[in-house]
Amino acid sequence: MLTLDKLTIQQDDFRLEADFSIAAGSRVAIIGPSGAGKSTLLSVIAGFLAPTQGHLIWEGTEFTRTDPGARPLSILFQDQNLFPHLSVTRNLALGLNPRGKIDAPDRTRIETALIRAGLEGMGARKPGQLSGGQQSRAALARTLLRARPILLLDEPFAALGPALKAEMLALVAQIAREQGMTVLMVSHDPDDARALCPQTILLAEGRAHPPRDTHALLDDPPPELKAYLG
Amino acid sequence: MKPTLMLAGALSLIATMAAAQDKPVLTVYAPDYFTSEWGPGPAIEKGFEARCDCTLKFVAGDVLPRVMLEGDKTKADVVIGLNTDVTAKARATGLFAPHNEDTSDLTMPVKWTDPIFLPFDWSDLAFVYDKTKLKNPPHSFQELLDAPDDAYKIVIEDPRSSIAGLSLLLWVKDIYGDKAGEAWAKLAPKVLTVTPGWSEAYGMFTDGEADMVLSYVTSPAYHIMAEKDDSKVAAIFPEGHYLTPELAAQLKTSKHPKLAQAFMDYILSPEFQKMIVTANWSFPAKLPHDQLPEVFRDLPMPDKTLYLPEAEAEKLRGPALDEWQRAFAR
Amino acid sequence: MAARLRAIAPAVLAAAVLATLVLGTLAAVAWRAGGLSGLRGTDLSAIRFTLWQAALSALISCVLAIPVARALHRRRFAGRGVLISLLGAPFILPVIVAVFGLIAVFGRRGIVNVALGHFGIEPLSIYGAQGVITAHVFFNLPLATRMILHGWQAIPSERFRLAATLGFGPAQVARQLEAPMLRAVLPGAFLAIFLVCLTSFAVALTLGGGPRATTVELAIYQAFRFDFDMGRAASLALVQVAISVTALLIAAKVSLPARFGAGHDRLAQPIAQLSGGGGRVGLDALAIALATAFLLTPICAVLLRGLPAIPTLPAMIWPATLTSLWVAAASVLVTLAVALPLALAATRHRWAEIAAMLPMTASALVMGTGAFLIAQPFVNPTSLALPMVLLTNAALSVPFATRILMPEIRTLQADYDRLAAALGLRGLARLRLLTLPRLARPLGFSAGLAAAFSMGDLGVITLFSDGQTRTLPLALFQLMGSYRMDQAAGAASVLLILTFALFFALDRLGHHADPR
Repeated sequence: MLTLDKLTIQQDDFRLEADFSIAAGSRVAIIGPSGAGKSTLLSVIAGFLAPTQGHLIWEGTEFTRTDPGARPLSILFQDQNLFPHLSVTRNLALGLNPRGKIDAPDRTRIETALIRAGLEGMGARKPGQLSGGQQSRAALARTLLRARPILLLDEPFAALGPALKAEMLALVAQIAREQGMTVLMVSHDPDDARALCPQTILLAEGRAHPPRDTHALLDDPPPELKAYLG
Repeated sequence: MKPTLMLAGALSLIATMAAAQDKPVLTVYAPDYFTSEWGPGPAIEKGFEARCDCTLKFVAGDVLPRVMLEGDKTKADVVIGLNTDVTAKARATGLFAPHNEDTSDLTMPVKWTDPIFLPFDWSDLAFVYDKTKLKNPPHSFQELLDAPDDAYKIVIEDPRSSIAGLSLLLWVKDIYGDKAGEAWAKLAPKVLTVTPGWSEAYGMFTDGEADMVLSYVTSPAYHIMAEKDDSKVAAIFPEGHYLTPELAAQLKTSKHPKLAQAFMDYILSPEFQKMIVTANWSFPAKLPHDQLPEVFRDLPMPDKTLYLPEAEAEKLRGPALDEWQRAFAR
Repeated sequence: MAARLRAIAPAVLAAAVLATLVLGTLAAVAWRAGGLSGLRGTDLSAIRFTLWQAALSALISCVLAIPVARALHRRRFAGRGVLISLLGAPFILPVIVAVFGLIAVFGRRGIVNVALGHFGIEPLSIYGAQGVITAHVFFNLPLATRMILHGWQAIPSERFRLAATLGFGPAQVARQLEAPMLRAVLPGAFLAIFLVCLTSFAVALTLGGGPRATTVELAIYQAFRFDFDMGRAASLALVQVAISVTALLIAAKVSLPARFGAGHDRLAQPIAQLSGGGGRVGLDALAIALATAFLLTPICAVLLRGLPAIPTLPAMIWPATLTSLWVAAASVLVTLAVALPLALAATRHRWAEIAAMLPMTASALVMGTGAFLIAQPFVNPTSLALPMVLLTNAALSVPFATRILMPEIRTLQADYDRLAAALGLRGLARLRLLTLPRLARPLGFSAGLAAAFSMGDLGVITLFSDGQTRTLPLALFQLMGSYRMDQAAGAASVLLILTFALFFALDRLGHHADPR
């Protein structure tokens, strides 16, 4: 269970409060008007920003002050998910060992992850030689190798076309199910939420509301969400 | 360098290092130019070591500033290559001991009575030009001042950073006294530029950029003897030329006072004096005229030498610098 | 918290070393003098002249560099990379060599005036304020061009492609992409050149035509050597530091970091549509041709004068050359070891940037004297000759290395900090896998500069000299000092060729090591 315990984020005149739990293995979307703090909330969970108050707890262990790399989670950003000067294999190697050193069993695991992500034989390429979809797949393959229980997605496929995006969301859903991952995804597209996440957190007016059933929420949106959905 | 020579050099270095272990070391502070293979340093080292049963070690760099910063903890036994611009300051430190040499029979154009700073060579300041290029050289300082502004372009050294430049201030002051400011006002338009040191100025002259350079009466000797080129000549002025001796002194704090004294003796020895002529392209401080190389004997020399006593020079240089700066500010 | 401290520790150490070297030495001089003493009227006019010439030199260098950098960015032609490196040459030339090259071209008997004379045109004079500024522009135009060119290259090709897609013409590209870049790069370039010119000594003196062109650095020299007034020397040095730090703070206020976001490292190809038609090609060609002529003719003049004399060089030139080479190699390592941690910290901590800039504000004479005063009670200063030479040579390169590294580090941090943090990439692994590869180009450029500066250094710290180690520039001066002007010109050619070869090799090495 991932718990956001009386979490407060205060930055100048921006303020966000969150106080809820998410069951392990669930997939939850975070939606809300722009400027509501979706990415900020994710940054706090990932450890790029410290909360002003409150605690972050995963399965009974607090990680509020833990270094980003040591938290029980992986994150995929909108872009810059790969180091462009390193080959795909070396990018993936960083998922196994932040020192970048790998041995023969590691190589096999990387190759397996690449196959799993549909990138067989592309390990030697640089990210610049991959298409946008392939880059997303490579980044996803790395989260497989990291094998952390939580996956944070910060509008990761926003730059992809609709078909490609649907394909990636399906792949994420499949991987998450297989690995029993807890997924938190920020998106501005309600269809993404419907596609991937049974539950949704609404961010509005300085509050992150506890997760609700995605379809119920989107079919009968409260006024603040209605304004955003238009 | 041939490999064999290098090997020989290395071997002799090892030999000296081994020998140095049991011999006393005389430490001599000298300016950078001194210790190059074209400076007098190597010959002095060889000559003195041959007679002293010691090792002479040159430390090249800023001589007086270093001694002054080190104070009575200085490693120097002897300093060599000082100019007259710093003697007052050096004397005031009380770090230097008398040279104990008889200076009554020096071959200098002035009578030398300083008990501490001993001259080892000297020259006179002069404007040097190329006689094949400059057809209307000045025949007196006054002619130089009165010439039209475009008659010739001169490079001089900055008095704040060069002894030649400072000596020129005193030269003008000595000739023109209260009228020195006016003299500078006449000279300034003919000054192409002012360089930090002698090297830059002389380089601009030999490159043909300047018609005349502030240098020394002995400068032509280098070109005649080393380059077989007699086109460079010093303009000789009847008003007189300013003397620029080079000096040595021993330190009171020397751990080898006997060696230091022996070095002072060596400086005035005929061996040193004969060597310094072409090693430093200057007149030796103590060598009869007939023992000079022919080129030096034949150098055109001024009839009159100007030289301000230390105290007077010290008093004048500040105001003279102001005058100089004012003349160029116009 | 402990991890944060560990990460910043190398920068703190580097800053402490530089602060001691610049401010500690100044304090030592002031302390020895029994305090600071008042300035004189001539000192004030020296400060005025210094500020004026430095500002004007920086302004002209920056303005002239824009069309040159723009042309070099837009055009692809054979030998472009080599030309860019070659155009950097004046910046790394030893002052005395460069001054003689300039005189050979712009002097009374120089090529330009001989040519003008043929047409009966009044000769130009390089002596006076115009000469000082010409020389400073000659030295610093390459620096400005390189900094601005780097700015252009830092705009990801995606942005140019986007501009092309949107049908932007050159004017819109200039407004949307290039103006923000220049806005970000120019204050830094101006500042760097301003600071270089602030401590000018030999150039200002030799070409200044007389005492009107007195700089603060010369006033310090005068206070030390002519007036024996260490208190005034310290005061003047403090003024110099204060001016520089003020300039630094103003520049920091004025400059805005350009944010273009990360690209995918695809090689930027100039886009024909954005580069304009034939008229612009002509203008670009003209800008490149003029810059090349201005920057390279004096260098050719030095070589023409010196090359024939190389066979006549005395044997001692070669050991001196070797000494210079390995001092340069060591100086490169020290420079990078100091500059990289400072540059990495400087994007977040202003103190690190100021510390990195400190050496530019230092007066060599004050630094040498102060270091001597500090060292003397503990050790024999001559035993520190080599460390001091390395440290001072490196210190003079650190400001440039830091400036060169910082923009790329900003980009690096903005683009990859979060990813690196998320993956737990830190410490030496981060250095090896992320920092060094991403910074290969600026590191190579910095290393080249550091090597070149060290090669051309005259050993300002003559107080520490043990009289045994002779570098090539010192040998050159000794040759000049003993009338051997031809051989000195030969030595200058050797120095020039080696300095440039080192710079070129390291700069190219950086390009090669760049994984992009």
